[in-house]
Amino acid sequence: MKLKQLEGLLGGLQQFPRPKVELEQYPTGPHIASRMLYTAENSFDDVSNKVVADFGCGCGTLGVAAALLGAEHVVGFDVDPESLEIASLNAEALELDMDFIQSNVMDLQWRGRVVDTVIMNPPFGTRKKGADMDFLSVALKVASEAVYSLHKTSTRDHVKRAALRDFNASNAEVLCELRYDVPQLYKFHKKKEVDIAVDLWRFVPASL
Amino acid sequence: MRLLTHNMLSSNIKGVTNGFPLRIEAEKVVEKVVEMNADFLKKMFEKIDWKAFADASRAMGYAELPEEADSSMLESDEFLQRYHHALLELHLEEGALICPETGRRFPVNKGIPNMLLHEDEV
Ligand SMILES: C[S@@+](CC[C@H](N)C(=O)[O-])C[C@H]1O[C@@H](n2cnc3c(N)ncnc32)[C@H](O)[C@@H]1O
Repeated sequence: MKLKQLEGLLGGLQQFPRPKVELEQYPTGPHIASRMLYTAENSFDDVSNKVVADFGCGCGTLGVAAALLGAEHVVGFDVDPESLEIASLNAEALELDMDFIQSNVMDLQWRGRVVDTVIMNPPFGTRKKGADMDFLSVALKVASEAVYSLHKTSTRDHVKRAALRDFNASNAEVLCELRYDVPQLYKFHKKKEVDIAVDLWRFVPASL
Repeated sequence: MRLLTHNMLSSNIKGVTNGFPLRIEAEKVVEKVVEMNADFLKKMFEKIDWKAFADASRAMGYAELPEEADSSMLESDEFLQRYHHALLELHLEEGALICPETGRRFPVNKGIPNMLLHEDEV
């Protein structure tokens, strides 16, 4: 599938009708989401024929992108049942078979490392401090091949140090820097949209 | 939820030591045909807990998987078909997953298991 075609399909997905601020519910836009998964597939071969987990899947954009690019099995996890219902409708509309689990990603217990690749756009931690690092720590325990994630560029050094030193990643690489339009979810934001710099990361978990 | 997902998750209640496999209570199972990918099935064979998988498929009303399996069976097309069907074409639509140690029920509605824990279970 061509990048443009992927971006187009993602642009047609339904997104959070009533974003819950405390859960940091803002969707990954089709521009970023398509590039994230397209790179994972075409530069690293981490998507097609793989088992992919989407952490904090929301309405399913990243997982849908993985399924469209030929992932064999995609599972989305989110605490919010409303988002999951939309995610499952989004998958159905594109005739994709995806699984969804309502759960807190911090609380799951895994048997072995069945998942190849974790993809996520974690809460940046503006509400719950350190949420993005908590997601990353779990993702690096679950994935056997790679973790793709977005983090604020301002936290780059911290992310790298934590990944390599505390979470045992064998590699942590920024693939590109992106502009992310976070919609005005917060009362204290004056502008309608806040454009922040985010890094697209690829992490490799420690080999077992 | 498909059985591949079932095969990778344990009960997540605090203090539970033998949380795998979750017992399946199936009220409604749906089948959706997907293309078979033999290479994927062969790769997954190494990662799957076969006993749990075969038991789970029976709980879903599919009794065609052998109790035990070894990698030589992957040569057989018929075996691959059954393995594929059970792993990726059966969906638990309504029912529950049950913690083998505590009996706690995690309900499954519209195909989505709810594994959120209560405060005293975390
Ligand atoms: C920034 S949004 C990203 C949504 C979606 N992945 C996307 O790319 O459009 C973060 C998501 O994480 C979910 N979330 C927040 N904390 C969570 C947790 N502890 N466990 C699971 N999901 C969580 C929120 O409900 C929200 O859907």
